[in-house]
Amino acid sequence: MLNSDLKLNTSIFNDDVEQVPIRKGFGEGLAKAGETNKNIVALSADLTESTQMHFFKEKFPERFVEIGVAEQNLATVASGLAAMDKYPFFSSYAMFSPGRNWEQIRTTLAYNDRKAVIVGSHAGVSVGPDGGTHQAIEDMALMRVLPRMTVISPCDAIQAKKATLALSADPRLVYLRLAREKTPIITTEDTPFEIGKGQIFYRPDGLAQVAIVATGALVAQALKATKSLEKKGIKVIVANIHTIKPLDTALLVQLAKETKAIVSVEEHQIAGGFGSAVSEALAKEYPVPMEFIGVKDRFGQSGTPNELIEKYDMGQDAIITAVMKVIERRK
Amino acid sequence: MQHRDFTIRELELKANEIRQSIISMLLEAGSGHTAGPLGMADVFTAIYFDTLRHDPENPFWPERDRLMLSNGHICPVLYATMAHAGYFPVEELMTLRKFGSRLQGHPHREFLPYLETSSGPLGSGLSQAVGMAIADRMDNGAATPRTIYCLLGDGELDEGNNWEAMMLGGKEKLHNLLAIVDRNNIQIDGYTEDIMPLDSLIAKWESFNWHVQEIDGNNIQEVINAIHTAKAVFEKPSVIIARTIPGKGVKEFERKFEWHGKTPDKEEAKIALDELRTLGGKIKSEHK
Repeated sequence: MLNSDLKLNTSIFNDDVEQVPIRKGFGEGLAKAGETNKNIVALSADLTESTQMHFFKEKFPERFVEIGVAEQNLATVASGLAAMDKYPFFSSYAMFSPGRNWEQIRTTLAYNDRKAVIVGSHAGVSVGPDGGTHQAIEDMALMRVLPRMTVISPCDAIQAKKATLALSADPRLVYLRLAREKTPIITTEDTPFEIGKGQIFYRPDGLAQVAIVATGALVAQALKATKSLEKKGIKVIVANIHTIKPLDTALLVQLAKETKAIVSVEEHQIAGGFGSAVSEALAKEYPVPMEFIGVKDRFGQSGTPNELIEKYDMGQDAIITAVMKVIERRK
Repeated sequence: MQHRDFTIRELELKANEIRQSIISMLLEAGSGHTAGPLGMADVFTAIYFDTLRHDPENPFWPERDRLMLSNGHICPVLYATMAHAGYFPVEELMTLRKFGSRLQGHPHREFLPYLETSSGPLGSGLSQAVGMAIADRMDNGAATPRTIYCLLGDGELDEGNNWEAMMLGGKEKLHNLLAIVDRNNIQIDGYTEDIMPLDSLIAKWESFNWHVQEIDGNNIQEVINAIHTAKAVFEKPSVIIARTIPGKGVKEFERKFEWHGKTPDKEEAKIALDELRTLGGKIKSEHK
């Protein structure tokens, strides 16, 4: 059952559930955050509307900087603004920022201890027809390895908006990962959000056999998979881990102790990503069998988001298979 | 800061002392860069002892100018100048590159918070300076009295990130931004025009809508005059191409790219210090 404490969207299991691009929540959140935090400035690399920064630009043109197609400059100009007590939010496709400008982010932002928000839009294979060059599936690994970096990957547009507002109230250096495609709305305006706190979205009646820990746009897939699993008599917990760093280790250990079997779900390379972070934490604190849903050391290609999620084994069927496998391994 | 006005002769002697510190600290460190720091001693002296609005006794003074060193590897001249200007004791220069030192091998502001940025990886200082100049204009408007200095190497201009910054600086007409390029024509592998030709640097910067001056970067009066001229330019950012002699002040090191990335041994350091202390043989008793 959905966790009623979190006031989630009860129509999430319906086929006609409302769907909104996660990036849109960010765009609306930024425009709102700009009202209260006057230090916020926005920088775009020729993708203002795509990354949904146009809401902010229209409201605060004097606090918006158009950098052009130059992502290295995007990060380093942001560092200079941060040095003068501005709080820059800079966005592009995740493939280009933080993909192209990793060293600039490392040296001029993280090493320099600046506060800024790197907004990586269009992350994952679900970017779709643009093809593999535009599908960032390495970005969380690149960012979580940096000291001082927070990494957040919201599960829907409402959560993206809340994350943006939370970052406005609590400035830090953060990578905010967003997906392009319309994604089912799981949370509501009343769902709490706290940076670094995972959320149990779904609990079965009775004892759970597996905990699925998911992040980003695939949380909805994990939730939907529970129904098919229940038909097979398999009971699972689904937790939304929106903050990859700092990781909510206490919650993960609690889930590992409770179920003794974990499946991680992310739209990202398995190497170095969210599942890796979970396994690093559990290997030290409470090791249990674990299966990983994610891209298996491959690049993406053109297709519809659904075709690609299936092709790269990140859909409901793959999640169900992973759950069965981890139960088998635990025996 | 209300520092006193120095005469040009006094500034030249100050630059000489800074060069002596550079030689001593590099000898003690045993690794680092020699030619660039010596070549830029006059520019740093002119800025820190004449044109820069700063206060070493109140280093975080909010109204201060900002100085970004983009080519972090010439930090011995930055550290030495800052020490002589009063930011920290001159004796601390001998800790360069040692474990626990505030004077890291390349500048790191976590260790030495008076630095405006950390640098080492080349090509990203100018962009940061552009960001600072934009922030300054947002806060203080077009009439801002502040100058954001960015010191760059010429070899560093091989990095594409610089040209992105130049485009944006020109587009935004950032008159509060002043870049100073150390045009010493050397980089690690050889002479710049052999490794990756940069000329005409003047035409390149002008075509990016910058106000360009080319000067003798080892002439302190010229450096000061050029900075004043740059400050008087309102409609665009400024760049000063400072032609410097790498290794300047020590005849044995001058103009040799081999001295870009190595340090003097004891014997070489003694020759260098003797030459500096006698003002190149002009005086018999050593100048301290």
